[in-house]
Amino acid sequence: MVNGILALLKQELLLSVIIIVLLIIKISADEWKTSNLLNVINLLLLINFSAGFVLNLEGSLFNGMFNTNKLIILEKNILNLATLIISLQSFNWLKEHKHVIEFYVLMLCTLLGMFFMISSGNLLSFYVGLELSSIPLAAMANFDLARRQSSEAAFKLIISSAFSSALLLFGISLMYGATGSLDFEIIRQQLNGSSMQLFAFILLLSGFAFKISVVPFHLWTADVYEGAPVAVTSYLSVVSKASIFFVFVPVLYTVFKSLAGSWYLMLVVLSILTMVIGNLFAIRQNNLKRLLAFSSISQVGFILVGISGSSQAGSASVIYFVLIYTLSNLGAFGVISFISALTGKESIDDYKGLYTTNPLLSWVLAIALFSLAGIPPTAGFFGKFFLLMAGAGGGHYELIVIAAINMVVALYYYLRVIKAIFMESNEHPIEKLKISPLPRLAMLLCASGIIVTGFIGWLYDYIFSLSTRF
Amino acid sequence: MNLSLLVLVPLVTAFAIIPCKGIKQVRAMSLLGALIQLALGITLLIFYWQERGAGNTAVMLFESNYSWFKPLNINYHIGVDGISIAMILLTSFVVVAGILVSWSIETPVRPVIRAGMGKEFFFLLLFLSVGAYGFFISLDLFTMFFFLEVSVIPKFLLIGIWGSGKKEYSAMKLALMLMAGSAFVLVGLLGLYFNTDTGYGSHTFDLLLIPEKDVGLGIGAQNLFFPFLFVGFGIFSALFPFHTWVPDGHSSAPTAASMFLAGISMKLGGYGCLRVATFLMPGAAVQYAWIIILLSTIAIIYGAFATLMQKDLKYINAYSSISHCGFVLLGIGMLTQTAITGAVMQMVSHGLMTALFFAAIGMIYNRTHTRMVAQLGGLLKVMPFISTVFVIAGLCSLGLPGTSGFVAEMTVFIGSWQNTNAFYRIATILACASIVVTTVYVLRAVGQAIMGPIDSARYNNLTDGTWNERLAASILIIGIMAIGTAPFWLHNLLAPGVETIIQQVEGIIKVKEVKLW
Repeated sequence: MVNGILALLKQELLLSVIIIVLLIIKISADEWKTSNLLNVINLLLLINFSAGFVLNLEGSLFNGMFNTNKLIILEKNILNLATLIISLQSFNWLKEHKHVIEFYVLMLCTLLGMFFMISSGNLLSFYVGLELSSIPLAAMANFDLARRQSSEAAFKLIISSAFSSALLLFGISLMYGATGSLDFEIIRQQLNGSSMQLFAFILLLSGFAFKISVVPFHLWTADVYEGAPVAVTSYLSVVSKASIFFVFVPVLYTVFKSLAGSWYLMLVVLSILTMVIGNLFAIRQNNLKRLLAFSSISQVGFILVGISGSSQAGSASVIYFVLIYTLSNLGAFGVISFISALTGKESIDDYKGLYTTNPLLSWVLAIALFSLAGIPPTAGFFGKFFLLMAGAGGGHYELIVIAAINMVVALYYYLRVIKAIFMESNEHPIEKLKISPLPRLAMLLCASGIIVTGFIGWLYDYIFSLSTRF
Repeated sequence: MNLSLLVLVPLVTAFAIIPCKGIKQVRAMSLLGALIQLALGITLLIFYWQERGAGNTAVMLFESNYSWFKPLNINYHIGVDGISIAMILLTSFVVVAGILVSWSIETPVRPVIRAGMGKEFFFLLLFLSVGAYGFFISLDLFTMFFFLEVSVIPKFLLIGIWGSGKKEYSAMKLALMLMAGSAFVLVGLLGLYFNTDTGYGSHTFDLLLIPEKDVGLGIGAQNLFFPFLFVGFGIFSALFPFHTWVPDGHSSAPTAASMFLAGISMKLGGYGCLRVATFLMPGAAVQYAWIIILLSTIAIIYGAFATLMQKDLKYINAYSSISHCGFVLLGIGMLTQTAITGAVMQMVSHGLMTALFFAAIGMIYNRTHTRMVAQLGGLLKVMPFISTVFVIAGLCSLGLPGTSGFVAEMTVFIGSWQNTNAFYRIATILACASIVVTTVYVLRAVGQAIMGPIDSARYNNLTDGTWNERLAASILIIGIMAIGTAPFWLHNLLAPGVETIIQQVEGIIKVKEVKLW
């Protein structure tokens, strides 16, 4: 029994151990050099990531409040990978920072919360996980202690996540009232489409929509992304969003399957709004962080297209896309974070002529942006194609047409960045930057991941075969 | 013969030039790769003849099929018939010529050219050709779409970095319009996929399976998705009114990129219209034939008259490309065996001819630093070789017998005339008449720029073509003449492939007499 608990909870336990180790290090941290400390932490994260591949068991604990299976382990591995990459990328930024350990403790706490959230089989454990994953984020957003923008971002984040939590809680309590249970399985059996249940569902959906910044619940996104340190921005836009998708999709497909007739149309409308508005705002942005913020909103719209497919293909394509989106977005944020940490430049105009001084950074950024735009041979093409394919399986081609048009619009603003980097010249281009080994490793991981992931068909097969339970 | 080699060779070459040092190694490596590819193309042709000679009547030869994304029935399925081989040969000719023409890309002719980026230039050229080769050998619609999009971004970078004039604007316009084309194709493909039925509710992207009985689409679905596919591919092939990227894109691009754009990329569209739209949805093709004919006739005439007004040599060739690609779509729209054969011939012929044209214009521009017809004159006396090349390209463009232009256009006209309907006849007559306009602008350009007195004293010391330029032009001229003087081999090569397509269409026409007016 104890062994069973240990094995099933191994990722969560390992993470907790790492957090405690970090706290112990903190006591003696004054004697450590920051760069050594960062190396040790990255090593710990690497161990954490690799541990996800061994000793994988399926099962459930605590009366079904905690479930784990191969798909969930894969999802946790994706989150671990993303955290590792972000940690590698923020090397330059953290090296100058006084509170390295606090940063990691907060980050790993949110990760722990996400793990519990993904594994939850009960609205209560889901909510606890969600809160654990969102409150420390606000502290992280405030981590550029000297910048006022950073605290503004933190404040906006905490208010909006409190608001969305309130919506969720309201939805959860109504759901409890309507079905008499918090357990996913019992809720599924009790759903009959009554108006109270629908209302509770809509509240839950809005809560989710806040977290993944679906239009019209997106207003906090751009400001928070711009104000927060780049590392936190990429964590918010990748890990935090991915974790919500990992729980949103199965909940929608299994628990609320009988309400599919109602949520299908809601998803279609939300998806169109998200794609169109995200893109329209992204076109006008000059700050790269804001650009990526709006682009990530429109990417969420595409993911919703995939979800609306509502089938095995829908779930598989969403998880596959989230993996690709993780690599692509981190690739882009990695370069931006690196340049921003060393020079403080973040606008498109500053990037003019970047290729003449920093070819490697330019190519990594270009590959990442092409992948976000869905251009082959990068993985983004496959991800987008399968999302739209899943959506088309639902038979609503109007949605696919709108999504396809949006891909073209999105291409425009990605190409604007490419144009600045490769084609335009600048009197004062960003000087030649020396890339330290850890960020370099992160960039190569992202770039090679982006190029390779699409071609290995068995990865999609694997995800598809794991998604059978829907 | 393993067809994957056709994709692998340029891909490996592209990555092999990355560690190369200095422009000399880079261009030698690129040329080597392109020549191997040309040799492969010719070997493929010989093997194909051997197979057909031995009595192999399969629709596609040298097929291989690997599963790629199994749950979605997406395969890496490749194979060729005569049409694809013709396109592959065209591509390999143009690639060799393009690389030879770009020999001095690092020698700055004007300040806009980036010094020291030759490696990137050749990498992008080769990468673009990977897309084209892959597109022509694909038998799976997903693979095909993949390669179609692979070829878009290299064009954007080639034009934007090495182009001239308002290069950023043109590059952006081209990339967005072509991506819009891809978006249409994407919707069409998904519609196609979900309306196929291979049993047990599974669908297929396989080009050979879809035409089979009970697998393909009902007429309702065809009518819905044919426009997406045809317009999508049509944008690549300058279908009126989606042709506006052509003049800007071609004239801003560096020489080799113009050659690739007009010679190869525009053919992707024509090939897609034929192989995907018409072949897989013959019912809708018959229904919509009149719209295709109407649009392509407008493109032919509009393109020809618009060319008359141009003063820049590159714009002349770009607008005339709209007109010439109109013949391709016209031939496809006519839906007779002769007309479709002519359309494919026109693709090959136009590809070679326009590449030659752009090459000659590039050579002239590199020496005189102007492309304005009015500022040129008497070039024949100063640089006889380049001027002759220009004249040959011009004559091929206006369809002089003995050049491929004549063969191709004639075949299209004869095929079109086989339709006895008045609407078809009028379209054919109008299209024929455009040749007169073509003659006017070609001869005027030749007369003003090439013949006559030498325009300016500074033209007196210009050098004639260097060895690489001569070789590039000769390769293309050989292609033009080989088709122009002995068209039967190309015709025989295309016949079985065209027949397969026309059988699909005739099945429809027989069932239901088409009434257009």
